[in-house]
Amino acid sequence: MEMLRFATAGSVDDGKSTLIGRLLYDTKSIFTDQLEAVERTSAQRGDEYTNLALLTDGLRAEREQGITIDVAYRYFATPRRKFIVADTPGHIQYTRNMVTGASTANAALILVDARKGLLEQSRRHAFLASLLRVPHLVLCVNKMDLVDYDQGVFDAIAAEFRNFASKLDIGDLTVIPMSALAGDNVVSRSVNMPWYEGTSLLHHLEELHIASDRNLIDVRFPVQYVIRPYSGSHLDYRGYAGQVAGGVLKPGDDVVVLPSGLPSRIHSIETKDGPVAEAFPPMSVTVRLEDEIDISRGDMICRPHNQPSVSQDVEAMVCWMHDDPMRPGGKYAIKHTTRSARALVKELRYRLDVNTLHRDEEAATLGLNEIGRLRLRVTAPLFTDPYRVNRTTGSFILVDEATNATVGAGMIL
Amino acid sequence: MTTAVYELGHLDALEAESVHVFREVAAEFERPVLLFSGGKDSIVMLHLAEKAFWPARIPFPVMHVDTGHNFPEVLEYRDRRVAEMGVQLVIASVQESIDSGRVREQRGPRASRNPLQTVTLLDAIEKYGFDAAFGGARRDEEKARAKERVFSFRDEFGQWDPKNQRPELWSLYNGRHARGEHIRVFPLSNWTELDIWQYIGRERIPLPSIYFAHRRTLVARDGMLLWPCAHLPLLDGEQTLEATVRYRTVGDVTCTGAVESTASTVEDIVAEVAATRLTERGATRADDRASEAAMEDRKREGYF
Repeated sequence: MEMLRFATAGSVDDGKSTLIGRLLYDTKSIFTDQLEAVERTSAQRGDEYTNLALLTDGLRAEREQGITIDVAYRYFATPRRKFIVADTPGHIQYTRNMVTGASTANAALILVDARKGLLEQSRRHAFLASLLRVPHLVLCVNKMDLVDYDQGVFDAIAAEFRNFASKLDIGDLTVIPMSALAGDNVVSRSVNMPWYEGTSLLHHLEELHIASDRNLIDVRFPVQYVIRPYSGSHLDYRGYAGQVAGGVLKPGDDVVVLPSGLPSRIHSIETKDGPVAEAFPPMSVTVRLEDEIDISRGDMICRPHNQPSVSQDVEAMVCWMHDDPMRPGGKYAIKHTTRSARALVKELRYRLDVNTLHRDEEAATLGLNEIGRLRLRVTAPLFTDPYRVNRTTGSFILVDEATNATVGAGMIL
Repeated sequence: MTTAVYELGHLDALEAESVHVFREVAAEFERPVLLFSGGKDSIVMLHLAEKAFWPARIPFPVMHVDTGHNFPEVLEYRDRRVAEMGVQLVIASVQESIDSGRVREQRGPRASRNPLQTVTLLDAIEKYGFDAAFGGARRDEEKARAKERVFSFRDEFGQWDPKNQRPELWSLYNGRHARGEHIRVFPLSNWTELDIWQYIGRERIPLPSIYFAHRRTLVARDGMLLWPCAHLPLLDGEQTLEATVRYRTVGDVTCTGAVESTASTVEDIVAEVAATRLTERGATRADDRASEAAMEDRKREGYF
């Protein structure tokens, strides 16, 4: 059974919580005691209906204010797939939370209210999903019951969104008319919209082809930890442990190790359960090489004729995640794959308006939730690929060295 | 040419993610420790840690925060497993915290040592200088936990600040902290109860016998089936009953309830878990029933 991660973006008004509640409820993933607790709290607060948002808005502050602040992770499974839902808030002041939820997602669900059509935030959500290279996008045109299941309304919204999406880098887009409240096209196909020829949302998520979302071409193995048992039968054992970030590794493959550039060959790929014939993302394995060469955490194993870029200069789109703004000249700790170094912001090339996509080249800072293109100089070379080619070797975080807060998320160009 | 299918099943994907987390911590921290209760989640955690460093031993000790109110089957299991693996066991004793006056024992028939564990845990983290502590908490267990990071920062008081958590993107974890602060690490964050049981079945991981159906003398109290023993005397008017039960979670005997079940194998339990309509903490934990935000409040103070 494959695992699929998806992020949802939207506000309570769009019916996002109702949709998630519906998916959880109809797949029998909500438990009786959870539902009773929600019903009790809803009644105490005087809500007119059982507020399913209370299932996910678990923090005291969220319940008090009736809003989603942070990403909540929810889990459900069908006989075909296990799903991890990153439920993210939709408001612009929580852009960083949506970016966080989208960073690991295979799919992003964007909700719009059929009565209102596309809003500024729908475009923003689509842009963020494309920036984070979420491979599959689903536009859920919700509340179709409130527009009499009118195909014309749906077609107009779908056309407008497709037109906007064509300007973004979106690989796979599906548009589904639904009513989360009434259950139309969520788990099963609706009888109210015979004109719709597609599948229900759940069916779509179950069938989505995600195997090709990973990069299986370019071999990238960031060394995470060196295993040296120094004991009994394994006295001379030396293995390089890590999670495959790209490509398929096989015993016998010629490799080079960065930054040294020293060549070797894969002797074996091992796990406690025995050797494996092939390792691919996101497997965690231990690679042994035929030659004894000096390798440590932060090095990268790749193929001789297919190497990442090795550079101390990095160009990236960065989402700022902290109240203290980013200023050119600032120095931060940077973490990229298993490599840590320091980075100096040489230049803010422009700040992007996430609603209009307008580039402000005069901008001097990046504030919380703002996104801009930066040029960085790093104290040690990083082994990178463009983010659009590999989400693992193309991403990094920036950390404030004084407070240790994670302040920026970067996607390498 | 054959077309290989490079797909990873959900248990393999979860395992790969957990192993990655273990290795990341071993590489970046000086003194990690794995919190081990003898419950199924910490047993799975230990199993994953073993995989992460094989053929080397687990490069950190295991710590049991011991309330003194244990199921004997669980203590026996703990000692056997630790000896098999050759890892160091540290015991942080709530009884010692009481004896030394660090905490005061609750009184009354519903007294529990559960909240006292926080002080014992934090004292031990300070005493041994641990800078990372692996916990077996899962996000599907409880709504406050659903919001917690895999790397969860704790200040010098051991406090969790849910409104001021570090963003966690991709698989890039920020473990930086100052002296005296530490990180709680949750390698099982994305596992569900069903995943845990499926994995236990697939990997044939041995468990303490109380996880499987057995006959037990119990007392019904506050809607739960508790085990009357030296630590849990009967109240006036209470009567014991005999039932066939198993435990879904394992904690302090004074607040861990049994569930009626005839599931005697892992396969039976997987089927039962898939069909159950109650969450495991809701069904079996008195400590979570205190209020709507009981877990969040305890976590703020430094609880697991």
